[in-house]
Amino acid sequence: MSNRISIVVVSGSLERLQMAGMVASVGAVSGNEVLVFLSMNALAPFRRGAASQAPAEGEFGTRLAQKKGVPPFKQLFESAVELGDAKVHPCSMAMDVLGYRPEDVEPFLGEPMGLTKFLDQAGEGRVWTF
Amino acid sequence: MANRRVIDARGSFCPGPLMELIAAMKMAEVGEEIEILSTDRGSATDIPEWIRKVRHEYLGTEEKDGVWHVLVQKTH
Repeated sequence: MSNRISIVVVSGSLERLQMAGMVASVGAVSGNEVLVFLSMNALAPFRRGAASQAPAEGEFGTRLAQKKGVPPFKQLFESAVELGDAKVHPCSMAMDVLGYRPEDVEPFLGEPMGLTKFLDQAGEGRVWTF
Repeated sequence: MANRRVIDARGSFCPGPLMELIAAMKMAEVGEEIEILSTDRGSATDIPEWIRKVRHEYLGTEEKDGVWHVLVQKTH
């Protein structure tokens, strides 16, 4: 679909998780079909109940963490799902490596997904990586 | 006189105000006017963009003492 936006998030840094959440949420509410794939260091922050905290990669991240009124990144992904019908899937390989079961991650995440399916769904659309 | 719902998103950074507007839009009736208050300049320009993109009605923006008042109407 020409309005498909796929986002691969592998970083655990605050700036990248925040930016990915912003692209996902704004993209999803603006008429795009958003598909997010969470893997590597981006999976652990989505443990069920974990706070939206992540190490800053640079100066901006330090400011982000201190500023009041910045939407927490997990809330942005959740808004993408709830307000914009985005699909956020944890990578099944990363789930296995970390020993997570589906109930260990946030309930707004979809089922664990493998790369074959993700690549198929991402298809011809734009792919963002963080 | 149309009802007007007011969303106070002052102090919230992008994309907070936009997300709050969208959540309110979902609950609003067609024809309802919504006024969103934001101290975030980026949101004050981004919200009209979103309104145009999804084809609601943009009624205008006023800035008073560092607060943007963006007025929109749900059309569908």
